[in-house]
Amino acid sequence: MSRRALRSLTNAGALALSGLATAIGLFFLGAILWTLVKNGVGGMSAQVFSAMTPPPGSSGGLLNAIYGSVAMTVIGIAIGGPVGMLAGTYLAEYGRHSRLSTVIRFVNDVLLSAPSIIIGLFVYQLLVVRMGHFSAIAGAVALAIIAMPVTVRTTEDMLLLVPQGMKDASTAMGAYPWRTILSVIYPAARSGVVTGLLLAVARISGETAPLLFTALNNQFWSSNLGAPMANLPVVIFQFALSPYPNWQQLAWSGALLITASILVLSIAARIIVSSLGPGGRR
Amino acid sequence: MSTVAAIEPRHVSGQRLRERLFRSSTLAAALLVLLLLGGVALSLLLGAWPALKHFKLGFLTREVWNPVTDQYGALAPVYGTLVTSALALLLAIPVSFGIAIFLTELAPAWLKRPVGVAIELLAAVPSIIYGIWGLFVLAPVLQQHVQPWLINGLGPLPLIGKLFQGPPFGIGVLTASFVLAIMVIPFISAVMRDVFETVPDVLKESGYGLGATTWEVIWQVVVPYARTGIIGGIMLGLGRALGETMAVTFVIGNAHRIGSSLLAPGTTISASIANEFAEAVGDLYTSSLIALGALLFLITFTVIAAARLLLLRLDRRALSSV
Repeated sequence: MSRRALRSLTNAGALALSGLATAIGLFFLGAILWTLVKNGVGGMSAQVFSAMTPPPGSSGGLLNAIYGSVAMTVIGIAIGGPVGMLAGTYLAEYGRHSRLSTVIRFVNDVLLSAPSIIIGLFVYQLLVVRMGHFSAIAGAVALAIIAMPVTVRTTEDMLLLVPQGMKDASTAMGAYPWRTILSVIYPAARSGVVTGLLLAVARISGETAPLLFTALNNQFWSSNLGAPMANLPVVIFQFALSPYPNWQQLAWSGALLITASILVLSIAARIIVSSLGPGGRR
Repeated sequence: MSTVAAIEPRHVSGQRLRERLFRSSTLAAALLVLLLLGGVALSLLLGAWPALKHFKLGFLTREVWNPVTDQYGALAPVYGTLVTSALALLLAIPVSFGIAIFLTELAPAWLKRPVGVAIELLAAVPSIIYGIWGLFVLAPVLQQHVQPWLINGLGPLPLIGKLFQGPPFGIGVLTASFVLAIMVIPFISAVMRDVFETVPDVLKESGYGLGATTWEVIWQVVVPYARTGIIGGIMLGLGRALGETMAVTFVIGNAHRIGSSLLAPGTTISASIANEFAEAVGDLYTSSLIALGALLFLITFTVIAAARLLLLRLDRRALSSV
């Protein structure tokens, strides 16, 4: 074989393999989603949304777990979101070039990739041990700590996209930086920041490990933040590994529910970002 | 004009006060990030102290893990964590590399975005879903079709044969690595794609101008240029794999021992904590599990910090997807 033919053969082979790699990635996404739909849809009924988690062998739903997941996610983002936005504002505006900001950015990136079970252990030591028992608020705080670095990162990135000219115009009119930030920069970066919050919600709503020993689980309805609270991920964990068919069925329904919500959130966030256009603004 | 002069100073001082308040609240929030990392490190160290004091360095070198006799050693979970992560990277790196090449050099413009988003969505799927899928779908497939073939084909070989002996359990170290590989592919390929895109077109065009094929340009121009970023991306994936909890907990089998075979059940640091922590009775048991957590923190912190340092030089915004 000529050298030239060998080269083009190598080329074709390598490129075919890269196509194959992509197909492998897509195959697994498809396989996972297909499994969820196949096993989850059958168990989807009104009862899933109206009944509590049942004891083994009898029928029931996921209402208390859905409520608990929503409640803890909302509280988590309500704490982690604003704090993350403020910190992101510091990094993008007040301390953009300071040495401190470089360190904070680095530490934030580390927290962003830190294992979530470590956060669970931290909150366990911080709150559960002090309070003497597992509680929904401890779960929410763990979720807040996971949501925060995500929000810091996206807020900073989005604020940096606001053109300097707009800030200068506001400053030239005599506005103090806080006024410029609140009245000019935030509105200009609004959809980007909201996207960041959506991604943070998507990230924390499926987290299981940090809830295992903070919120724990609760077989009954509870809206008491000081007590253990049911939540979808931990219920899925417990039910999927149980030997009872009705529990396993509920685990699949819960898995479908949670994945569908997260994928919808993630896709919505991407649609908002792409509608921002190449400049990143509206 | 006298009214203006009378009002102005008060107005200005109010502005100054609000400025100071707003500025210090943003600073406080930013400092909270540092405080969090410090708090995590400190609380893990304090929680781990009783176990470390009791077992000394033996904690790191012993395989025993027995709640009945209150004897704990970290060797088996540490071994499991390192082996599953290494194996996961071995499987994930070539696939991620291929995906990144496909997305940057090969895919037509209309295909780039949907395929890219689909791969990113793989990262959005919660780890518990990987766990339940791994246990009920992947493990049986591996048990019935892949593992017997590995045992018969590779088991009798010298040296590496040992890794593929024993009964096909379905769940175990190999299955956990497989699931981990699928989970880290989107992270590694996203970073690789982003760094490939930072390669200046002029460099690639020079390659093509000399008559190089697409593959030759990728291997001899793009890869050398993006080397630091590629390594950073791989280490970021490694950081994910090391700390991944739920998916591994489902499929690794949770056996506190070091098996010579990759098909045997094992455990990892995070899986041990997830499985045992809520039910751990006794201070030494709890403290030993927290000590495992501290160990995991140390390992992942080192890996992630190294990865971030390597990626620091790259445009931050190009990497916003991770």
